[in-house]
Amino acid sequence: MSPDTRHSAQSLRKMSIQLCAGFLILMLACSGVFAGDGKLIGTPGVTQFEGGGGGGLVPWAMLVGYAARDEVAVQVFATDLALDDFDMVAYGVGFNFKDRIEVTVARQELDVNPLALTLRQNVLGVKVRLLGDAVYSKWPQLSLGAQHKRLLDREMPLAVGANSTSGTDIYLAASKVHLGAVAGYNLLWSVALRSTNANQTGFLGFGGDKRGGRSIQFEGSVAVLLGRHFAVGAEYRRKPDNLSFAKEESWKDVFIAWIPNKRVNFTAAFVDAGDIAGQMDQDGVYISMTGYLR
Amino acid sequence: MKLVLLCLMIMCSLAGCISHSSLYDELGGKDGIDRISARFISGIGQDEEIRPYFEQTNLDRFYRLFSLHLCQVVEGPCQYTGDEMVPTHVGMGITEKHFNRTVDLLIDAMESEGIPHPVQNRVLAKLAPLRDEVIYQ
Repeated sequence: MSPDTRHSAQSLRKMSIQLCAGFLILMLACSGVFAGDGKLIGTPGVTQFEGGGGGGLVPWAMLVGYAARDEVAVQVFATDLALDDFDMVAYGVGFNFKDRIEVTVARQELDVNPLALTLRQNVLGVKVRLLGDAVYSKWPQLSLGAQHKRLLDREMPLAVGANSTSGTDIYLAASKVHLGAVAGYNLLWSVALRSTNANQTGFLGFGGDKRGGRSIQFEGSVAVLLGRHFAVGAEYRRKPDNLSFAKEESWKDVFIAWIPNKRVNFTAAFVDAGDIAGQMDQDGVYISMTGYLR
Repeated sequence: MKLVLLCLMIMCSLAGCISHSSLYDELGGKDGIDRISARFISGIGQDEEIRPYFEQTNLDRFYRLFSLHLCQVVEGPCQYTGDEMVPTHVGMGITEKHFNRTVDLLIDAMESEGIPHPVQNRVLAKLAPLRDEVIYQ
């Protein structure tokens, strides 16, 4: 296939994924399916692009969905991130068992437009709520999570100096919603420490010629819930710089989330992803949808 | 990082304009609190999941005491004369799910009474610490 045909085939596939996800989520939103609803609307957050509960880029201590301690929640999500020289789609499914254990499975596909190639990665996530309730307890909610990542396209990451094509991140997240804290509006903050050796969250493999081992990286989000149905905020995610061929930089975003009800939510963000694999100043638009099956 | 700092700055300046008018007044005094309480109880009566908890309850007494309690929690000039939260809820086996659903019913009641969203949140912030005395008793 010529690069052009290949590219349009990719776009077509991506568009069909998005259409399917959109259709499924709208169907859920309009159906009478009972959703786990034992939480204040908006407070569980949205879906992080690696599949778990969180903001867009950063995992939070909240588990996916609205499940309370005696409920189970199931969700599906789809995310699209269009940067200057890269396009990413991510989609997956997540389970919340009794607001204690979260299990998520996600597929991420990153199109590297200058090279007309796609890097696909599977992410299996597990998160355990250790203590607290982000809304009701005095102290923040604290969770411990792991994300096991496995690249399906191994050639390019190994060629640029990665040590491995699979790896596991481990993170500790603390989150708190302060009711009425900002002029009566609810304020949410979340911080996470991640032990990782992933290059560009795994798309460029794990470990590198510059640094092979793990390092601890800081991630954080802050958001204000404007009423029950909208939230605005910002995120910051530090990343390691393990490969000598190109500098890796932090990711930042500002986002707005629309939460029309407890069955569906939509997020749009402006992302500054810095330099990626030698392509400078990658900015772009992030769009994500989550639908709750129960 | 600049973005985060900017947002923090915006939030701090927003926090500066919090009006510290009394929450009791914002709810419309004791009359307003009575109206919210009545709406709340009528919401409970229409909710199939929550209504069973109140089957043995004298609703007039509950209305009077709930309203007094809410009035006291928002620092109004009321003296709650009912039992403590724990003994009141012992044996009811209220789950987290049902507690949170009842919070939604209270929000609906405040919404119906035209209480602005920021005032609703300040009420919830006052009530939130009581949750552990209510659930799984």
